[in-house]
Amino acid sequence: MENALFYIFAALTLLFAFLCVANPFSRNPVTSAMFLVLTMISMAGLFVLLQAFFLAAVQILVYAGAVMVLFLFVIMLLDIKEEERRRFNRFAIALGGVSVIGLGFILFSTIRESKVGAGLKLTAVKGSDTAALGKALFTEYLLPFEIVSVLLLVAMVGVILLSKKDLK
Amino acid sequence: MDWINQLNPTMQFAIFSMLKVCVVIFLAVMPIVAYAVLVERKVSAFIQDRVGPNRAAPFFVKYLPVVGPFLVRLGIFHPLADGLKSFLKEDFTPAHVRKVYFWLAPAIAVVPAMLALAVIPFGSTLGAQKMVIADLNVGILYTFGIVSLGVYGLVLAGYASNSKFSFLGGIRSSAQMISYEIAMGMSVIPLFMLVGDLNLSKVIAYQADGAWLVFKQPIAFVIFLVSAFAETNRLPFDLPEAETELVGGYHTEYSSMKFALFFIGEYTAMIAASAMMVVLFFGGWTLPFAGLDQPATTLVMGFAHIGIFVTKMLVLMVVFIWVRWMLPRFRYDQLMDLGWRRFVPLALANIVVTAVVLWALHAK
Repeated sequence: MENALFYIFAALTLLFAFLCVANPFSRNPVTSAMFLVLTMISMAGLFVLLQAFFLAAVQILVYAGAVMVLFLFVIMLLDIKEEERRRFNRFAIALGGVSVIGLGFILFSTIRESKVGAGLKLTAVKGSDTAALGKALFTEYLLPFEIVSVLLLVAMVGVILLSKKDLK
Repeated sequence: MDWINQLNPTMQFAIFSMLKVCVVIFLAVMPIVAYAVLVERKVSAFIQDRVGPNRAAPFFVKYLPVVGPFLVRLGIFHPLADGLKSFLKEDFTPAHVRKVYFWLAPAIAVVPAMLALAVIPFGSTLGAQKMVIADLNVGILYTFGIVSLGVYGLVLAGYASNSKFSFLGGIRSSAQMISYEIAMGMSVIPLFMLVGDLNLSKVIAYQADGAWLVFKQPIAFVIFLVSAFAETNRLPFDLPEAETELVGGYHTEYSSMKFALFFIGEYTAMIAASAMMVVLFFGGWTLPFAGLDQPATTLVMGFAHIGIFVTKMLVLMVVFIWVRWMLPRFRYDQLMDLGWRRFVPLALANIVVTAVVLWALHAK
């Protein structure tokens, strides 16, 4: 049952992700954004199968519910017709190729390092996983957590600075 | 009923879950939606010193001597007439719309509101069955996640309609929902600091032991209530449809049952918001006397708990309706100002104060 569900959600994630970046039927940015939402939701399904309910809920809440709504907001405010007309440019293709090769390399080496399948078992976290996650974030991973927070703060200040039209 | 006991637990679980879904949606939510519309019209009539709907009379009324005319005067048959009208009216699709999204949007507006109801414990137990469809450990996060998907219905409706007024409505709704989601999400954090669990059944158990959370966290309740108005697009925050400026906002181009679906979505969202407030702030299915705060042992008690929950929920829905006809609509910049400059800082302060108080209590 769980195996079947894993394959269903994994296939859906891949299918929606493909349709998001290279939809053969429509080059409408809104359609792409909607397929990205569906990708996020299928990924939340994968998290549920890993017993990570908190991550699944946050995935939907933050990515599908908030980030993508803002994406959609921006896409709708842009001139969509111009976006549709524009074709691939070489720089984007080169950049995309480099990213795919880099990410593929990281993924491949991670899988080789971690020896998946050799007696790997999912250990359920004791108690509620939300509490366990909170504890891990604020004890073991406190420094990375704070660094990411500062990074987000810097980005936020940057956005406010950029959106100000006249600086005093 | 022996054959049910002979099935394996998974099958039993599946059957009872299906049963609960069907009962909740078709026997509870849909009639409440239909009659909430009637209550809305009657309350508005009362507030504006009118009579309200009092004409719809099906053929069998004349056989009921005293009760019949009375029911007609109450407008009891109007929701039936409204529903029939929605189905029979011409379903007109304008030529300039984006067809796929135009057809999808009403469905997307209804589904999340109904899904949000899944984690709400609407009673203690009936027999061996817990009266909640899905007793999730991350109940509240699930609700917020699903509710945040509701905005797509409105945004896509605005986009698909391909007209200026609808588009403005859709854009407005996306900005409004995102803004108030933040305030709403932060307003409930102090509750969970007190309870120590995200499971909604635990929240109710906590309130059964002590006072209702509305007395312990009044500020959180006010923020949640106002945000709920904004999230359900009810007046004074119904900027996405704002008839006076945007004709009908995101549903300008919709007719017949597609339009009715937006209506159903709005009222279902109202039900979900009221039910959430009952669970989070008003003790859920409990009452602090007559032993009603413990899980039911008999069927009668089980039904009593469901009755208590539904009564509390209906009272909150009347508040929703009452506010709609008492307050004028906000201006858009006032709405954003209230959300970002008032409620977000207030909710943050509430979190910090609660944390300090809890720390002081536990420190000694």
